[in-house]
Amino acid sequence: MNEANALFSNYLAVLLGVGIGFILIFTALIASRLLAPFSPGRDKGTTYECGMLPLRRASTNVGMRFYLYAILFVIFDVEAIFIFPWAVSFVAVGAFAYWLMVLFIGILALGLGYAWKKGALQWR
Amino acid sequence: MNNSLFGFEINVWLDALARLGLIVGVMTVVAMGLIYGERKILARFQQRIGPQKTGPFGLLQSVADAIKLVGKEDLRPNAADPWTFELAPYFVFIPIFLGFVSLPFLLGVNIRLFDLGLLYFIAVSSVNIVGWIMAGWGSDNRYAMIGGMRAAAQAISYELPLVLSLVTVAMLAGSLNLKDIVEGQGTVPYIAWLPLAFVIFFISTLAEMNRPPFDIPIGESEVVGGPFVEYSGIRWSMFMLGEYASLWILSVLTAAVFLGGYSWPFGEDLGRGYQLVLMAAKSSLYIFVVFWVRASIPRLRIDQLMSYSWKILLPLSLAQVLVVGFVRVYELPDIFLAIEGVFGLIILVSLTGRAVASNRRLPGAARTMRSEAA
Repeated sequence: MNEANALFSNYLAVLLGVGIGFILIFTALIASRLLAPFSPGRDKGTTYECGMLPLRRASTNVGMRFYLYAILFVIFDVEAIFIFPWAVSFVAVGAFAYWLMVLFIGILALGLGYAWKKGALQWR
Repeated sequence: MNNSLFGFEINVWLDALARLGLIVGVMTVVAMGLIYGERKILARFQQRIGPQKTGPFGLLQSVADAIKLVGKEDLRPNAADPWTFELAPYFVFIPIFLGFVSLPFLLGVNIRLFDLGLLYFIAVSSVNIVGWIMAGWGSDNRYAMIGGMRAAAQAISYELPLVLSLVTVAMLAGSLNLKDIVEGQGTVPYIAWLPLAFVIFFISTLAEMNRPPFDIPIGESEVVGGPFVEYSGIRWSMFMLGEYASLWILSVLTAAVFLGGYSWPFGEDLGRGYQLVLMAAKSSLYIFVVFWVRASIPRLRIDQLMSYSWKILLPLSLAQVLVVGFVRVYELPDIFLAIEGVFGLIILVSLTGRAVASNRRLPGAARTMRSEAA
């Protein structure tokens, strides 16, 4: 089996995995629809709020701090993507590759320190 | 294009389908076993007996639960966004299920082995956050919304220490193929060289699975179940199936990546039966410790949780990457890694202790509220 075929056979399993996961949940939902009682009522459809009647739509107010953490995450996750190819090959390339990564992580650490100092890491 | 399974030459499509079908069956049984095991073990920790009426020793409890859940009415609130609400279980479960594709269970027993197995696993396993946000948003419920947002914030924060501790493993193994990583541990498992990375990895997996003490997204005393508030019956149990499937996946991954997988001790020549016992023992150990932590440690507050990841785990794992790189590139003996790891562990424990002591104070907002009230 040549290289391209091996790659195809590997990632075919991922594609089929998506299909099988979908079918698994779909059949469970169908089984429940067939077996479970189904009697819609007006009060059953109200939003659950521990017994209180909800006042207005809920999906409005979300704290700004979630957004800050998301921005920080994007920066560090991109860094993680850069680190992976480096991690498997830096021994072969030698000390130069290592000190470049020290520089790279140092710049990121400066950024993290700045965010820390500015209070972006503090939950308020 | 043919491939062989159990000695038969069959088509690649059928081969992949057969392996995935097999894993679906095993996963269902294992998830039921884990639910039973969790209830029984937690009961022993709390001086109870646990399930005992259904079948011998209560073994059929999970089956009874499944039958009950299938028979429950599947409600959808009127205010919910139908598409987001209905699709959320798929988006939670399918990425977790895809994690099985590259796991090395035993020598030669796996679905597929990728050259980039570790990277594939990290990439796929974090997609299910989309499902959590969808469940929170689609339910149109305050608790669900806050729970979904908390789940996302927590998962992205603990993703970074998790990834960086796996990077150190890749640096030692020199490969991202999980088979190479397992076989690189024939004499010494990586936990001996990388104790700090292992502890950071373990803490981060607890947070990724929303396990106590990191279960604020689903904390029943604050957000009444979080994103699952409005889900009932079989739809809710799909989330639970995903949760236990990911517990199993992460236990196998921990066993393979840090604990030596099927090859430590005594190499890979002792046959499948021995390897099965080895992997079962290692992954059960991980699962038992997860249950143990659940029984022992109270839930964190959200400010404690976020600052623990960003201010303690992330700098330590970045430093760990640099130290491992230094030892590898200048070809120092591996024992330096173990010494550094133990030092790192001491720093981690003392920082955690300081954080626990200082966090007894109230966070800023609550403090000002109290002083205004006073």
